[in-house]
Amino acid sequence: MRPAFSVIFLTTLIGVGQGLFLALFTGQIYSLAKLLPAQDSRVFYATGSAVALTFLVLGLAASVFHLGRPERAWRSAAKWRSSWLSREVIILPITLFLVFLYGALHYFGYTEPLFVIQGSLPVDPTLIVGVLATISTFLLFLCTGMIYASLRFLQEWHSALTVFNYILLGAASGFMLATAYSALLGIHLVGFYGAWAVVLTLAAFISRMASLMRNRTIKRKSSIQSAIGVRHNRIVQESQGFMGGSFNTREFFHGKSRLMLKWVKHGFIVLTFFVPVVLVGIAYRNSSETLALWAFVVQYIGLLMERWYFFADASHPQNIYYQSIA
Amino acid sequence: MTQLALVIDLNVCVGCHACVTSCKEWNTSGWAGPLTDQNPYDADPSGCFFNRVQTYEIGEFPLTETVHFPKSCLHCEDPPCVPVCPTGASYKREEDGIVLVDYDKCIGCKYCSWACPYGARELDEKQKVMKKCTLCVDRLYDETLPESERKPACVLACPTSARLYGDVHDPESDVSVKIREEGGYQLMPEWGTHPANHYLPRRKTRIHIHKDELVRSDNPLEKEKISKLPSSEPTLDDITSW
Repeated sequence: MRPAFSVIFLTTLIGVGQGLFLALFTGQIYSLAKLLPAQDSRVFYATGSAVALTFLVLGLAASVFHLGRPERAWRSAAKWRSSWLSREVIILPITLFLVFLYGALHYFGYTEPLFVIQGSLPVDPTLIVGVLATISTFLLFLCTGMIYASLRFLQEWHSALTVFNYILLGAASGFMLATAYSALLGIHLVGFYGAWAVVLTLAAFISRMASLMRNRTIKRKSSIQSAIGVRHNRIVQESQGFMGGSFNTREFFHGKSRLMLKWVKHGFIVLTFFVPVVLVGIAYRNSSETLALWAFVVQYIGLLMERWYFFADASHPQNIYYQSIA
Repeated sequence: MTQLALVIDLNVCVGCHACVTSCKEWNTSGWAGPLTDQNPYDADPSGCFFNRVQTYEIGEFPLTETVHFPKSCLHCEDPPCVPVCPTGASYKREEDGIVLVDYDKCIGCKYCSWACPYGARELDEKQKVMKKCTLCVDRLYDETLPESERKPACVLACPTSARLYGDVHDPESDVSVKIREEGGYQLMPEWGTHPANHYLPRRKTRIHIHKDELVRSDNPLEKEKISKLPSSEPTLDDITSW
């Protein structure tokens, strides 16, 4: 497939936004359980939510560039019963709203407990909205992953690993940003978020490597024999029927060399998984304020390459029909 | 239920591309607006087509065979492009099974083209909506046309009648009989899309002649040769009275 930059930015940016929200809320849960010192609502949670919201909105903006007719985008909520894309279109604004509400509640200080469960768990509005936003965030990850995993013809994507990769890579980059965020604010959560970021990055590494290994030995269901229905071992396309360009020859071929694909693959493995883990480790040891930010930036660049490779790696069966110009 | 479809006879197709040009001509001047081209008379031309004729070589020289292979939307009975459409612009008509795109609802997200294993859908780069073969739905029911012309443009254009059109759900229709009796098959059956369009394979008519059938033992001119026949078995002529 041809990697579309609009979709690469959409999926990576909302992944960071979702991950950052999950990181903030995880911090709140830990504070609630008295495992971490409580953070300032306005400085930490409200500002953090604003950063997460910014990433989500940027992702939404990137998605607009993917549409031929963005002015009709509102129509795409119609077929949520059958289309994962439609479901994503619905759940994305819901997530945006809930993250906004979560940040706003923290900003305006609605953190007084409404009631207390069993005398030990004080429930305030931010906790309720946070739980709802967490559910929404995971549903959004599920929808994004299923858009690709549900296409059975694209065998590289048609796997549960696709969904796990979206969840783990998004969460890893979000926790990485949370590490950088707490380091910049100078609060002592670098160790907490850094450890989570490393754990999630390594989990994403295992999951992504599993999908790379799966795709390396994939058995193609379609062949030129089934494509034209002729039973012979040697069939060669002499002409695809035209010499000019067409949608079929543009949309489904990445048009890059094998070597470049290989470099991008090795590049994203190093930049997404290894360099950020090392940088976060050093940042924690040296109590560096900016090194964690670099870890996030490097990981995000790695994720852009990872997403590019994700698309380029997928081979569409329609390509069988477009092997020879004349 | 009706399922209109094409049956394409690969035994007859000569690869002349008349169906391609006829399709483009009809559909670019039809009710749904032009099928746009980019740089049509310049370097690097590109354009939107519903139908293409491809050419394949089967086998290795000298045992080769050329197959011309027309390819357009197959109007699947279980079309994978329809459920993925987020807006409902892609739909399969209940009454005749034609898969269509509502150009006024399509947002041009291209997701349906990813979901079609045959590459039957193209984005019109000018109108920015998805387009595909309509089976000339604007001809089929047009009562201003004489009844013989209420067929897809490609079918009318084909000089060798390699393209047949009809209801593949009616067991007695011409197309159903052809599929049944001439070995009609579907493309990429492994995906379970159940294409409505069928293809008829290349067929060869061979006659199997035994030596006995060429040589008559009662031919006086061949009497000597006959006696030299290696077989000691009685021939057909020995045991039958002609």
